[in-house]
Amino acid sequence: MRELSFTGAIEDALAHAMADDERVVVFGEDVPGLRMNLYARFGEARVRPAPISESAFLGAAVGAAMAGLRPVVEIMLVDFLPVAMSALVNEASKIAAFSGGEWQVPMVVRASCGGGYGDGGQHEQALWAWLAHIPGLSVVVPSTPADAGGLLLGALAHEGPVVFLEHKLLAEDWLDYMGGGGRTTVAFDVPAAGARGPVPETWQPTPLGRAIGLREGGDLTIVGVGVAVHRALEAADRLAAESGFEASVIDLRSVQPLDRQAVCEAVRGSRRLLVVDEDYRDFGLSGELAATVMEAGIGARYARVCVEDTIPFDRRREAQVLPNTDRIVAAASRLVER
Amino acid sequence: MTPDNLKLYRAMLTSRRLEEAISELWRDGLISGEMHLGIGEEGIVAGVVDHLDEGDAIAADHRSTPPMVMRGVDLPAIVAECLGSSAGLGRGLGGHMHLMSRRHIAASSGIVGASGPLACGFALANQQLRPDRVAVAFFGEGAMNQGMLMESLNLAGCWRLPVVFVCKDNGMAITTPSQSVTSGDLPERVRGFGIPAVEVDGADAEAVWQAASEAILRARRGGGPGYLHASCVRPEGHFLGDPLLRIVRRPVTELRAKVGPLTRAASSPQGAGVAQRAASLGGITTMVARAAGMRGRDPVRRHRARLEIDRGRLEALENEVESAVRAAVEEALASLEEVSA
Repeated sequence: MRELSFTGAIEDALAHAMADDERVVVFGEDVPGLRMNLYARFGEARVRPAPISESAFLGAAVGAAMAGLRPVVEIMLVDFLPVAMSALVNEASKIAAFSGGEWQVPMVVRASCGGGYGDGGQHEQALWAWLAHIPGLSVVVPSTPADAGGLLLGALAHEGPVVFLEHKLLAEDWLDYMGGGGRTTVAFDVPAAGARGPVPETWQPTPLGRAIGLREGGDLTIVGVGVAVHRALEAADRLAAESGFEASVIDLRSVQPLDRQAVCEAVRGSRRLLVVDEDYRDFGLSGELAATVMEAGIGARYARVCVEDTIPFDRRREAQVLPNTDRIVAAASRLVER
Repeated sequence: MTPDNLKLYRAMLTSRRLEEAISELWRDGLISGEMHLGIGEEGIVAGVVDHLDEGDAIAADHRSTPPMVMRGVDLPAIVAECLGSSAGLGRGLGGHMHLMSRRHIAASSGIVGASGPLACGFALANQQLRPDRVAVAFFGEGAMNQGMLMESLNLAGCWRLPVVFVCKDNGMAITTPSQSVTSGDLPERVRGFGIPAVEVDGADAEAVWQAASEAILRARRGGGPGYLHASCVRPEGHFLGDPLLRIVRRPVTELRAKVGPLTRAASSPQGAGVAQRAASLGGITTMVARAAGMRGRDPVRRHRARLEIDRGRLEALENEVESAVRAAVEEALASLEEVSA
């Protein structure tokens, strides 16, 4: 087993895909600087800097994918996607349906997401549920280097458009770029197992829509994606040590397709579901999971720990509104003790 | 017409010193996240903002400290906002990319190009509610390729909005040389929308002042939008801690981790041909060289050298600015302690 950083795993997997398949091209903002190694190896014809014209180059990715390429588009931050949403909401996600299934749009949009380094409400959003709301659009949120590499290949192998979100606390390049800036005077609560970890010697694509159980426990089921998964694991250990309750933790890995079956199976056993979600609470993943369990006819207690409002810039207040371990332990305790 | 050069100097120096103090706070870890400075742009901002008065509006970009300072927004509140203090302009909820003052009809955003539509809206309101008042949009040449800004130019042209678009051209779109991602000539592009476009040396505050004077006066009299294209430098990079500048300033430390993977990638089998790989390495070198070439053309120093004023008065003014900045930082830091106490 090799060990790679979250970012290194993605780059490694992407380099393999690019070497294997000439149709895979990378373009977007700042890519020669951000993806220097790919730029040096594959040249500007395949790793191309784009102007700050999101609606044009994201829209162009749709056309390029329809006409035979497999573009990986870099949009820097998921917060910048709203500038170009028509390309995803009205074009990429609709082509398969409008063509009667004859035409696919195999494109991957790479964007960093998430908070925890004090950059404010316009640069730290999650937004995955907002994207997953659109039929035909897949949304992937990996939580470990191995999943990041495998899911990137899964996204590239997928025939439809996929938004691939890299949490900034896990992706060292993004955290350094946006939060650290080479300083030793700032610290971040980085989940170690998510930022660096073992990856396979040979990459295999991880299919989208398959959740993975990371911890066993019969009293409570905790579900999430990205950094929330690591916070949930920490909370579950604390819960076990402090109160003797055992929680299972499920990493959904993709928000759309959503592995409803894995969630239902777990909740059918535990009868308690706690969703930990760094995305906004209202009209999002947490509500969708509640509906999933209800629709399956499973009677269960339910709670959620989410972001409820615009994320404050002030790091002290930011730390309180993001799903932190204390909030998860408190919510889990209420759920179990009730 | 000629500007009050001393007034311009005071505005520019205040902004410069405040941003230098903010840099220190960022380096000390007291300011989180990104920190985009307007150092190098002061000549442009001063030359434009000096014409603004009650009812005139400003839509700023991610380098919003200079326009806020020069528009007279409370200095301690600006610093406090950067620190995330509850005493900040936005109660510590927005941060430096979202400095805003309702009283001054001045707001900023971290989304590239967003100042275009915002300024159009401010101008629309002024057209109806405050005739002869204008709106100014500040943005960089990177933003000129953003759809919403190009659409705003057209909107302002066909609605004859009293808005002046101010493009601060530092030659770099984030960390990409703008030349490589911009087709055609930007002032020509704007003229294509039927908007008069003027090019000016942004390091020359007085020249900017003259150019802005004309554009703003025309907008006030109902003559429609204008556009200033002002060149400038970006000595502190895209933001503090800019990775390219780090390479320039500490090449050995910064390159240690990068050179190995870069060399391996550039020599990996399967990939582009040798010529293309060499071109990429050349491109990376150009990016770093561009970042390094951002010194000089200092608008503040240049303006100071031109002042016709005796040394004593100049020093008194500079001391006043230093004290005001120091007091603002102290007040902002104290407010932070009060909140955490």
